[in-house]
Amino acid sequence: MTFLDYAPAPESTSILGLRDEYGLFIDGEWRPGGGTSFASVSPSTERQIAMFAAADEGDVDAAVAAARKAYRTVWGPMSGRDRGKYLFRIARILQERARELAVAESLDNGKPIKETRDADVPLVAQWFFHCAGWADKLDWVGLGAGPQAHGVAAQIIPWNFPLLMLSWKIAPALAAGNTVVLKPAETTPLTAMLFADICQQAGLPAGVVNLITGAGETGSALVRHPDVDKVAFTGSTAVGREIAKALAGTSKKLTLELGGKGANIVFDDAPLDQAIEGIVNGIFFNQGQVCCAGSRLLVQENIHDAVMDRLKERMATLRLGDPLDKNTDVGAINSTAQLERITRLVDAGIAEGGEAWSAPCELPKEGYWFAPTVVTGVEASSTIAREEIFGPVLSVLTFRTPDEAIAKANNTPYGLSAGIWSDKGSRVLAVADKLRAGVVWTNTFNKFDPASPFGGYKESGYGREGGRQGMQAYLKGGK
Amino acid sequence: MTSPRPASASQALAPAERAVQLLGGDLSEVALRQHLEGLPTVDAVGLEARAASFGTRSIKTTSKAAALDTVIRMIDLTTLQGSDTRGKVRSLVAKALVPDASDPSTPRPAAVCVYGDMVGNAVEALGSAWSAGKDDGINVAAVATAFPSGRASIGVKLQDTRDAVAAGADEIDMVIDRGAFLEGNYGKVFDEIVQTKDACRRDDGTYAHLKVILETGELVTYDNVRRASWLSILAGGDFIKTSTGKVQPAATLPVTTLMLQVVRDWERLTGERIGVKPAGGISTSKDAIKYLVAVAETCGEAWLDPHLFRFGASSLLNDVLLQRQKLTTGRYSGPDYVTID
Amino acid sequence: MATSKTTTAKATTAERTASRTAARTASDRAASARLDVPKTYKLFIGGAFPRSESGRVTEVTDAKGRFVANVAKASRKDAREAVRAARKAHPGWAGATAYNRGQVLYRVAEVLEGRKAQFVDELVRTEGLTAARAAKQVEAAIDLWVWHAGWTDKIAAIAGNANAVAGPYFNISVPEPTGVVAIIAPQTDGLLGLTSVVAPALVTGNSVVVVPGSAQLSAISLAEVLATSDLPGGVVNVLTGDAAELAPWLASHADVNALDLTGAGELDWITLEQSAADTLKRVLRPEPGIAPETPQRILALTETKTIWHTKSRL
Repeated sequence: MTFLDYAPAPESTSILGLRDEYGLFIDGEWRPGGGTSFASVSPSTERQIAMFAAADEGDVDAAVAAARKAYRTVWGPMSGRDRGKYLFRIARILQERARELAVAESLDNGKPIKETRDADVPLVAQWFFHCAGWADKLDWVGLGAGPQAHGVAAQIIPWNFPLLMLSWKIAPALAAGNTVVLKPAETTPLTAMLFADICQQAGLPAGVVNLITGAGETGSALVRHPDVDKVAFTGSTAVGREIAKALAGTSKKLTLELGGKGANIVFDDAPLDQAIEGIVNGIFFNQGQVCCAGSRLLVQENIHDAVMDRLKERMATLRLGDPLDKNTDVGAINSTAQLERITRLVDAGIAEGGEAWSAPCELPKEGYWFAPTVVTGVEASSTIAREEIFGPVLSVLTFRTPDEAIAKANNTPYGLSAGIWSDKGSRVLAVADKLRAGVVWTNTFNKFDPASPFGGYKESGYGREGGRQGMQAYLKGGK
Repeated sequence: MTSPRPASASQALAPAERAVQLLGGDLSEVALRQHLEGLPTVDAVGLEARAASFGTRSIKTTSKAAALDTVIRMIDLTTLQGSDTRGKVRSLVAKALVPDASDPSTPRPAAVCVYGDMVGNAVEALGSAWSAGKDDGINVAAVATAFPSGRASIGVKLQDTRDAVAAGADEIDMVIDRGAFLEGNYGKVFDEIVQTKDACRRDDGTYAHLKVILETGELVTYDNVRRASWLSILAGGDFIKTSTGKVQPAATLPVTTLMLQVVRDWERLTGERIGVKPAGGISTSKDAIKYLVAVAETCGEAWLDPHLFRFGASSLLNDVLLQRQKLTTGRYSGPDYVTID
Repeated sequence: MATSKTTTAKATTAERTASRTAARTASDRAASARLDVPKTYKLFIGGAFPRSESGRVTEVTDAKGRFVANVAKASRKDAREAVRAARKAHPGWAGATAYNRGQVLYRVAEVLEGRKAQFVDELVRTEGLTAARAAKQVEAAIDLWVWHAGWTDKIAAIAGNANAVAGPYFNISVPEPTGVVAIIAPQTDGLLGLTSVVAPALVTGNSVVVVPGSAQLSAISLAEVLATSDLPGGVVNVLTGDAAELAPWLASHADVNALDLTGAGELDWITLEQSAADTLKRVLRPEPGIAPETPQRILALTETKTIWHTKSRL
């Protein structure tokens, strides 16, 4: 064994006290679902974690009714100060149970424990802590004095950051005075179920948070429910479009956080070692299953070869494997469906003339895996330069001038994120000005903070999460 | 912008093989300056995040056992006090020879590191265990060139070096002129390294290994550290070393990571491998293992070798021994169960 | 006094050796007769609790004039040490992330909640409040800490701004802490008054030297809460004593950046304000002044920094 074959350092799952079956969390109680229960499997082992109830239309009805009642009788009339105190309690319990949540998330999603432990879960707690502080300060979110909650918020979240997306949805909604019905993704419902338990520990009044599990039909019923005032969706652009159509002409408010095809632009004066880290973080963080991933590398032509050499060398040190091993850098792909999509798109990229290189790593026999891959020789017209892959695959394009970099970066229906790597502040700011993207990172990538608004231009959705803008999404102007 | 030393701008520098190969034969202050200032910049936030990521690696069981022994083999067991005596140096050597009397399988450190006037005593105390420039034994390293400040005339610095080499020093740990470096007088720093390297030459034509101490705590910025590292390598250093241990901060993981990136880049460029030595402030096994991770993940495992990586430390050894005993016995040990030097 | 303590201890030991029933009776008796262990109320400087270098104390009595405690009476030299400690602590506190500062301030509220009874007791004894009113005040103080905890990572979002300047420049303005703030706390409302001036200064990262009003015991007990709430030593320094004696030294101290005179209404505050003008300190005037629990109260102790940066693609 060599030094770099770090001995296994698995995080124990003994911290989890999982049930065999989870129901729906409606009105502060667990109840069975009307649909056919489904299993969630661990993507790294394909083993079943637990069974989850599927909510049918009747269950959606019950959940919305519970949220409505709680809004009318408890949460709506409650002072901002007290709402804030509940959210602070939740933030503290999240911090206390951080390790348990991190293990559960890694198990259910397949992402490395080092990410759930050091990124997802701390951010979740921070999000609640931040929004807790807003609850009694709504006069300052920018809508004038006395802004009002919408009422009942229907929220649907994706599988890539299950608990984090839950926090981005629930924390601001509750701080603003809404009650919520949230549906986690069907492949990653586990941490939402643990969150129900946390709501109970915090003494949150029944019906303020309702969690219903299920697949697409459940979500569809939820957003179409007539007694919902506000819909917040994070997921694919295709589904986002459907929801926008379904809500057209209704009084429901809508925010959407959808797909992306982020450009990571590396100029020749970039701090090179840090840029390499940023490229790696931009596309291999969470196996690239990130809507704001830096999936298109735009590298200045004169440093293309140097960047590629260093990038491949760095990629070769990435450790792929057991998500619960503390030394794992790249975990499992979330589902077999997602793995098929990634494989299909990479094949298309190669067929169109791209040259794929994958990090040399042994893929485990069980589970869903895809080695970190970089595809060079990609043109702006290539499939893998246009379509969101949502996997650990980096498409590499080159540019010669800043204007060309901007043009290529913007040449997409998406507009969620972009990265700029350069030591020249003046250029960075000017390029950032011209990028049609909701978040632009400079000399860093994939950074999130509840104080900082996040969201997309164009087909990456509308509305922002985080900061004052994130609070505004859950409020309407005062009388 | 004006050069601080226009008069010396075209002045020829002492010949140094690497510099001549890379920058051409008519090596000048201007050429050197332009070369160093053209190196890629460092983003501090990114570098520190990368260094912190090494600290999150979890080195357990067999990996930990191997790592602890590797750490011991990389230690330059050091005493650098004004109050050092022959007795103190003998005691240090004895500790190097038998780090843990309760476990003969314990490896020995790479070297003992002392002031120049103590080299003879160290050689004598080591006896047959002294490597004497060969590879099987413990080296004697001497700090030189008016360590730690480096504030002396070049003549004094060179004589300091020659004396130590003559007394048997296998390795010379020199300090650069930080004042000259911060003035932008890179040529002076360069020349002194070249001359010190020359002073490391033994009568038989071989050289004592030259470690160049940058004193990164006085250079302060990461860009400076990269330039000084590159300069030291160009001038002929065999090792680049972070600190004297007399200035805070001494070795840090980000600075060491950066220096490892420099030697990795140098190898990429020339095929030649340069050593790195963090010194000062690394006193626990836990910290030392983070450095091993940084070495392996930046330069590759080839660098996990005492010829290419060292720890300048004094109290580190005993902490490693305590951890080693814990792995053997399964119980936590205590400071009374390891010997002091 | 020492003698009586020893006697009691011996008696207790003797009682423990008695039969079970007898012991219970005895301990019941001992409980009612037990001598309490009163606290020494010292200053709070640099995270430590020193006595005044002057060796002076002020006797604090209850409403009926009965002795409660000898509270340390700070001197000008203690004030000097406090400013030194505040200056030293300032960069660390101002440099901490807003999230971190928020969590520390929230932790203050948590710890305060756990020691509510003690604060109620002190207010009842020394301020003559009813238990109910004292409890209400302590609870209001706790809530006020929570309110401020929520501002740390939001104040820049409401007080900072991007500025649309006419040129190729990126331009933003951000609020930053002004530095070391010397505070003469309100003479009334004890713990609540103290919180209403100390907490807003801390939100953005100022460090504080505060001379409490009448609630001297509460001030030191609050210092104990601060000392166990992950607040770095020196960020808040508490000088119990005579505000009239200490205020001129703080007002004229060149290393103090702002002077909050909220509780100085009874002092010669105009002279203090004039003295502060020597180094152009920011001055907050006595009550009513700026209302507590407003962002303005927080922003009064900040500076606006505007940053320009060129923008060009070429």
